[in-house]
Amino acid sequence: MTAAAIERRPLRHLRARRLTILSALAVAVMVAVVLSLMVGARPVPPADVWQALWSPSGSEPDLIVRDLRVPRTALGVLAGLALGVAGALMQGHTRNPLADPGLLGVTQGAAFAMVLSIVVLRLSSVYGYIWFGLAGALIASAAVFALGLAGGRGAPTPVTLALAGTAVSAFLYALTSTVVLLDQQAMDMFRFWQAGSIAGRDSAVAGQVLPFVAVGLALALANAPGLNALALGEDVARALGRNIALTRFLGIAAITLLTGAAVAACGSLAFIGLIVPHLARALAGPDHRWLLPYSGLAGAALLPAADVAGRVVAHPGELEAGVVLALLGAPFFVALVRRTRSPRL
Amino acid sequence: MSAPPGTVTAPAAATTAGAVRLAHRRPLRIGRVSLLLRPRGLAVTVTGLALLLLLTALHLRLGDIPMSLSEVVAAVLGGGTGGARLVIMELRLPRALTGALVGAALGVSGAITQAIARNPLAGPDILGVTSGASLAVVAATVAGGAAYGGAGGVLAAIGIPAAALAGGLAGALLVYGLAWRRGLDGYRLVLVGVGVVAVFTNLKYWLLTVGDVNDATRAMVWISGSLNARGMEHVVPTALALAMVLPATLLGTRTLAVLRLGDDTVRGLGVRIDLARGSLLLCAVLLASAATAAAGPIAFVALAAPQIALRLAGVAQPPLVVSAVAGAVLVTGADLAARTLTPVELPVGIVTAVLGAPYLIYLLVRTRRARGAI
Amino acid sequence: MRLQAVDVKLGYGDRLIVDGLDLGIETGTVTTIIGPNGCGKSTLLRALGRLLKPLSGHVLLDGRHIHRMPSREVAKILGVLPQAPAAPEGLTVADLVARGRHPHQAWYRQWSAGDEAAVEDALRMTGLLDLAERPLDELSGGQRQRAWISMALAQGTDLLLLDEPTTFLDLAHQIDVLQLVSRLRDEAGRTVVMVLHDLNLAARHSDRLIAMRDGRVVAAGTPHEVMTEPVLDEVFDLEAKVIPDPVTATPLVVPIAIRPRPTETSTPR
Repeated sequence: MTAAAIERRPLRHLRARRLTILSALAVAVMVAVVLSLMVGARPVPPADVWQALWSPSGSEPDLIVRDLRVPRTALGVLAGLALGVAGALMQGHTRNPLADPGLLGVTQGAAFAMVLSIVVLRLSSVYGYIWFGLAGALIASAAVFALGLAGGRGAPTPVTLALAGTAVSAFLYALTSTVVLLDQQAMDMFRFWQAGSIAGRDSAVAGQVLPFVAVGLALALANAPGLNALALGEDVARALGRNIALTRFLGIAAITLLTGAAVAACGSLAFIGLIVPHLARALAGPDHRWLLPYSGLAGAALLPAADVAGRVVAHPGELEAGVVLALLGAPFFVALVRRTRSPRL
Repeated sequence: MSAPPGTVTAPAAATTAGAVRLAHRRPLRIGRVSLLLRPRGLAVTVTGLALLLLLTALHLRLGDIPMSLSEVVAAVLGGGTGGARLVIMELRLPRALTGALVGAALGVSGAITQAIARNPLAGPDILGVTSGASLAVVAATVAGGAAYGGAGGVLAAIGIPAAALAGGLAGALLVYGLAWRRGLDGYRLVLVGVGVVAVFTNLKYWLLTVGDVNDATRAMVWISGSLNARGMEHVVPTALALAMVLPATLLGTRTLAVLRLGDDTVRGLGVRIDLARGSLLLCAVLLASAATAAAGPIAFVALAAPQIALRLAGVAQPPLVVSAVAGAVLVTGADLAARTLTPVELPVGIVTAVLGAPYLIYLLVRTRRARGAI
Repeated sequence: MRLQAVDVKLGYGDRLIVDGLDLGIETGTVTTIIGPNGCGKSTLLRALGRLLKPLSGHVLLDGRHIHRMPSREVAKILGVLPQAPAAPEGLTVADLVARGRHPHQAWYRQWSAGDEAAVEDALRMTGLLDLAERPLDELSGGQRQRAWISMALAQGTDLLLLDEPTTFLDLAHQIDVLQLVSRLRDEAGRTVVMVLHDLNLAARHSDRLIAMRDGRVVAAGTPHEVMTEPVLDEVFDLEAKVIPDPVTATPLVVPIAIRPRPTETSTPR
């Protein structure tokens, strides 16, 4: 046996292990999707789900599956995927375990724009304000990046970005609070948006956010090698031939698109993006080429699963997915953190 | 055999005036007692206190019934008309004092947390204090519902602060207990804090959707942080908490400075690291809990005041006294603006963010310009 | 002998790195621990500096169990410079070195004349007096390393443990630091234990050498006793010629080649 063969074998093992975990996560997403289509106030057996999807007859189960459960499931998968990937990107770029994908002002930008649109335009439909939410998210994030750039040469450092993002978020949250305290209709909408839910959206919503999520995912995957280099420090990254400013900008663009789309459609669920990457890092280690897909799939499985759990525990009512996620996900997260050798940023 | 420390001679030994070279460390020595003064930190503190005094004076003068400075002084000293005395002593002074005390407590609390977590984004909210307090108060408000509206006076004066205090301390205890594992680790503490805060916050959001929208709005005012209608019953407990905890914290200043170095260095310097971290965190929790019980979770002060203070004082980590002054100025200024500038009186916690965030951003940009990067 | 290790077992979690080791450090000497990466030298140094609690056995300082002594009391006798220490952004050199005075201070004695003199001496000895007000992150790697050494010096202890004090330093500054170590011994009778990678410098500047491999001591004694061809072979798998140093007559290692190792050993941190 040659020396090269001895050296390569552990790497091959690692790759096999990683692919196994990736498939397991994909299976978890499928299970969550199937459960999400079946479970609810009116349970639908698998055969009827199948029939509803492929040869609908207009029966009651068909309507429930096609009009209620498919849209929320699709939205859950999309938003979970988006927030999982965005969270991993955000923690990678800031090297701060406290960074959630809303850190750059995305969540609060979306919230403020939506609340403002409700007050000013008197919108009553959930779908009208998604565009405003997206626009607000993009503007807030661009403002944070511009502030980070202001005054210095080159790309802003993570600490500057994180602090600028926190400051802008606090500022926007204050403005949002002002508006909702003065306007009860806005308050009524805001408190439900804030709790975070994927229920009650029609199929158009998933379609609206899909392009943003798709572009965001493409940018995120393109960003992974650069992020791996950056994790070794800016000097090493530069020596490896990376353009730091471009890498940072790509990452922030991806985070903004992914998070903006998800929170505009589902409310403030950004904290999935905080927790999921820590879970994914325990499985994948620090390589972002694996961490990003793991994190995305874990998010895509977790959000619909939490939604299903919310339908089960509060039967026949429902508990918001955001609340369930916190109640189930956070204790699991704490247990993970307490393990001795959880990998660090 | 062993020589006393500091006796090794350098090759070109000649004790020149070191005070010139260590200009930013001015000792004040009387016999065996020596205190360390930093000119720039001192200047910032004095300026901040002057600003605080000015803002407080404005606070007492302005309002629905504007008063001259002499009227204010007369009322504070026990003279003046009965009406003026009532307005100043019962309404404006307690409110101004509560604001300044709460701000100072939050500033110190944030400075401690950021130093121990070695993370500029950390604050007492990470320790579970604010979210625990908010959850308890929202639960009390929503569950109380009609009772709160009916017997509001008693509940608002005693029940809400008590719920906040209990919730805050319980939250901190939970975070601390879960983060402890053969010692305390800053990184683990912060992550456990994130998890616990997520549970509390989302439960709070959920409770807000469960109740009546009027209860939700009322709870929202409290969880935004408000100084409205704060009386001496808020001043006294906060002042007592500060009086007890602040001296203990200041005794730990030097230890806090050392704790910022790596764990091995800290141990090498003879600091019992878990004890030091634990007791300083306890101080942070007590201060934040007292502040939150008095005025609700005023946002952003605990995070921004230390960061503003360290940039103004030109040091590497949040200085405790300057952080306290910065916090007090921020809250007092915000409350003044909340009372006088806006048509509808807003909760002070909203205004602290509106005022503090741009200022922090300005400091970030300026520091970056000065150093090329930060 | 002021510092002793008695049958210590050392490790992190359930990973055993040093299994039963006895060691005594002669007072007033410079002792250097040498050995390949991952042989447990830093772990041993951390245990001697009470940074790591032995799984069993004990470390004695002046005949007392070091882990049962008040940590502050230890800090007045024994100073430690860890490997790759961390400091907050923007901290100045003077502030860092001043923190070395922590064990000698109290709330009513924050900055005594003694503190000031010790910090100044420490800065002068490492040649950093003119950089005292500069932030640490603006210095070169070598200057930063010297700032950390200054901090350990400012602590003013009789015993000093230095983990790779010459990392990041150019040859001239390495010699400078090692001459400083010799001066500390000669002028103040201090005891120094350090970890070094450069065998020739170690041989030249140490009174005693301890050669380690896989968590055990292979050889200990004077440089002449330890720095021999068989020991180098056993410790480093290194085929080398040892000749007298033309200047100091201490052993001088001239490496020839590495013997291929049968298996790769795992590398503890």
